Amino acid sequence: MQIKSSVAIAGMLAFATATSAFAETITVATVNNGDMIRMQGLTEEFTAKTGHKVEWVTLEENVLRQRVTQDVAAKGGQFDVMTIGMYETPIWAKQGWLLSLNDLPASYDIDDILPAMRGGLSLDGQLYAAPFYGESSMIMYRTDLMSKAGLEMPDAPTWDFVADAARKMTDKDNEIYGICLRGKAGWGENMAFLTATANSFGARWFDEDWKPQFDSPEWKTTLTFYLDLMTDAGPPGASTNGFNENLSLFQQGKCGMWIDATVAASFVTNPKDSTVADKVSFALAPDTGMGKRGNWLWAWALAIPAGTQKEAAAKEFIQWATSKDYLALVASKEGWANVPPGSRKSLYENPDYAKVPFAKMTLDSINSADPTNPTVKPVPYIGVQFVAIPEFAGIATQVGQEFSAALAGQQTADEALAKAQALTAEEMEAAGY
Amino acid sequence: MATQQSRSAARIMLAPAVILLLGWMLVPLTMTLYFSFKKYLPLRGGDLGWAGFDNYVRFVTSSAFWPSIQSTLIIVIGVLLITVVLGVLLAQLLDQPMWGQGIVRILVIAPFFVMPTVSALVWKNMFMDPVNGLLAHLWKFFGAQPVEWLSDAPLFSIIMIVSWQWLPFATLILLTAIQSLDSEQLEAAEMDGAPVLARFGYIVLPHLSRAIAIVILIQTIFLLSIFAEIFVTTGGAFGTRTLTYLIFQRVLESQNVGLGSAGGVYAIVLANIVAYFLMRIVGKNLDA
Amino acid sequence: MAKSFTNQRMIINTVVAWGIGLLIFFPILWTILTSFKTEAQAINDPPLFLGFDWTLENYSIVQERSDYMRFLMNSVIIAGGSTLLGIVIAIPAAWSMAFVPSRRTKDILLWMLSTKMLPAVGVLYPIYLLFIKFGLLDTRLGLVIVMMLINLPIIVWMLYTYFREIPVEILEAARMDGASLREELIYVLTPMAIPGIASTVLLNFILAWNEAFWTLNLTAAKAAPLTAFIASYSSPEGLFYAKLSAASTMAIAPILILGWFSQKQLVRGLTFGAVK
Repeated sequence: MQIKSSVAIAGMLAFATATSAFAETITVATVNNGDMIRMQGLTEEFTAKTGHKVEWVTLEENVLRQRVTQDVAAKGGQFDVMTIGMYETPIWAKQGWLLSLNDLPASYDIDDILPAMRGGLSLDGQLYAAPFYGESSMIMYRTDLMSKAGLEMPDAPTWDFVADAARKMTDKDNEIYGICLRGKAGWGENMAFLTATANSFGARWFDEDWKPQFDSPEWKTTLTFYLDLMTDAGPPGASTNGFNENLSLFQQGKCGMWIDATVAASFVTNPKDSTVADKVSFALAPDTGMGKRGNWLWAWALAIPAGTQKEAAAKEFIQWATSKDYLALVASKEGWANVPPGSRKSLYENPDYAKVPFAKMTLDSINSADPTNPTVKPVPYIGVQFVAIPEFAGIATQVGQEFSAALAGQQTADEALAKAQALTAEEMEAAGY
Repeated sequence: MATQQSRSAARIMLAPAVILLLGWMLVPLTMTLYFSFKKYLPLRGGDLGWAGFDNYVRFVTSSAFWPSIQSTLIIVIGVLLITVVLGVLLAQLLDQPMWGQGIVRILVIAPFFVMPTVSALVWKNMFMDPVNGLLAHLWKFFGAQPVEWLSDAPLFSIIMIVSWQWLPFATLILLTAIQSLDSEQLEAAEMDGAPVLARFGYIVLPHLSRAIAIVILIQTIFLLSIFAEIFVTTGGAFGTRTLTYLIFQRVLESQNVGLGSAGGVYAIVLANIVAYFLMRIVGKNLDA
Repeated sequence: MAKSFTNQRMIINTVVAWGIGLLIFFPILWTILTSFKTEAQAINDPPLFLGFDWTLENYSIVQERSDYMRFLMNSVIIAGGSTLLGIVIAIPAAWSMAFVPSRRTKDILLWMLSTKMLPAVGVLYPIYLLFIKFGLLDTRLGLVIVMMLINLPIIVWMLYTYFREIPVEILEAARMDGASLREELIYVLTPMAIPGIASTVLLNFILAWNEAFWTLNLTAAKAAPLTAFIASYSSPEGLFYAKLSAASTMAIAPILILGWFSQKQLVRGLTFGAVK
């Protein structure tokens, strides 16, 4: 038995070396989101093409963040490719922790990457992480419930319309909740949504002197509006609902509207998982007429930590996973609606993809987000639903816990804002601003 | 009685365990102490020089500090109370003659084999979820409004989950202790007409005091450091941030190693205070 | 008369105990049942207890995504290795404390236990740096060492309380017959203490198996045990109760089965000296 298996391994090794002169095994850390799981399932295609093998470390988002941050900061070198976001990329690149991807070959067509994504993943003109998929946020709503409420959703609604519609759609006896929004504490959970929403109400995290702004009337309007709306038209337990919980509720037909990541569109319209697949339509995230919409900009991207021994293989992997060919490969197996969206211009120019119901709304949403100029008033930071400074994740998670507690009815909006203001000021002072 | 020779042999035999544990304690402790006096921010370039006692001051003056001590104590004491009280009752029950005793015992100890992450995930999603959870269905069945467990009663929910995991352990130790009770003594008391409660209070409980002390000691050691249950269920929101969790937030979420290390030192001090009192109580019961 | 009274009591005892036992076991039973449902049936309203179409689909999805056997092997090696190593180091220590006690024995024992109170999160950074330095990250060896150190105090304590119940005369008799210390330990003490050692091994195997902080933070792909396996199923997108249940069942099944088969051995020695 043992002899057999070692012969088999030797055979496999021989085969692997035959396909490529530099066959390596790389370790890739990634999130357990649907698109990444699909990529994991297609690993064999990559191995067949390049000879390199891939060992996957697939973790839930919070655990993954903690693991990769710890590893890159301590220079543990456990991963050759890491899945990181638009928030981490510029900060880590500035520390010299990431390898530049500007030297990818011409066939990769780096200029095909959507400008919004490329901008958010670059530092000083160098691309440090290649977008696997990009997203903004938009409204997903139930057409049947909307017409039952006697309303028609405009392509670009206001918050007042959304609030009104949500209240009219709500039917708590039948477990229909007008609107599902994130409430689970975390900088990438409720704070992503609330920060983007606050932008549309004219609020900002910091003024030009890095003074926290939670004591401003704009934040108070934002938070009060959100709390009132969720109390009237939100699902029970909203303060522990994140992206996944809301997705599951929407797929079960319990939400009238859901404002969240554009990537969710392919899950809610997929009849295999969604009970409401044929009754969903899309609209831009709401505004208040101040010129900014409440939608964010995000990309999950692949980056190579500096110090990896397997740079060449890692680059080959990133090239493969974020290429046009990969999109075509997924389309050939799962259909165009299931390709990772929001990363390449050519995808949106593709007539086959244009038939996908959410393609245009996704692109419009992505294009309407401006990380360098996120809100009405000027700000010293970059980022729509985050602030691209290292302290942000820690601060925003704590602020998110205060807002989440307010949503759970444990404190008022004023108390939550006062605590948020105090702890942000405290942390910013500690960081030396 | 022990000879000089066996004494020195004993010392040599004890040495590996002691040296290993001493290293396991001292090396990380020294490094933690070192970091705690540093301004050490990996995301800002790492070591930014000495910070004196800044980290220590900042950690205790932070608005999150005292609430975190409070929730740590509530969770530890709550779980101890539930597991010891229910454990004594359950052990009494399992000691009675019945059919299928072995199978009942297997059912009761099963939760102890479940890893904390799994039990937190299962409780959170499949039982405490206010829409799809089984408890919500149960509440609705009786016409009540489902409880939003993790936001309305967060500490209680966590105490329940953790108690479920540790009740088997307490029950088992207490059961072995009850089984060693001299049944003649109990029968004699029964003959004398002592009521059930008196028999329990004057004979069973004193007999169990030693076992209870041991349950408290061992569980406290594990409970002070519970992490997965909070990480999975509330992520530290709604006042469930324990000291351990606060340190986790400082070190890993905020990537402030200096501040987190200062917190670690506080946690070590707290643990040792608790340990000291526990040892005094349990030590008396431990005739070493 | 007396007999019917006992019978009546038996029935009440049995009913109450079974009721409570099933209640305590129910979350595990529910998880196992849910793992055989489809995702839609898993969230059915009202909940389905037995009347559903049993399917193995979830298990095949989970297996397809992650190579269960590899995680399982790592769990077995890490939990088993750390426990055995701990036993080898603890037997001499427990011997010396039990049979050649000194004034400081009790203090040493309690000090050992207090090292367990070191908050893991607080020392993660130092340990991580040490692991990098010694190339132990993502190795089974590294985790075996850490898990052994974490459980060593418990192992020493359990063995110590067990050894104390062994009459010292037997060891002395062996010594009279010319047995060396090594022989005394291996051929006389250890066989006599088998029940105690067995329950120590079992308890610490369980503790090491379920430890989720170090095992998750110090591994990546190669040495990741089942605790890491479960971390990739904790909140996937969309409906996931059935898949989560399948993954959970896979993660706890081996230890559950081991625990059930060996519960007699586990219980017998699990006294920590509480019985006197």
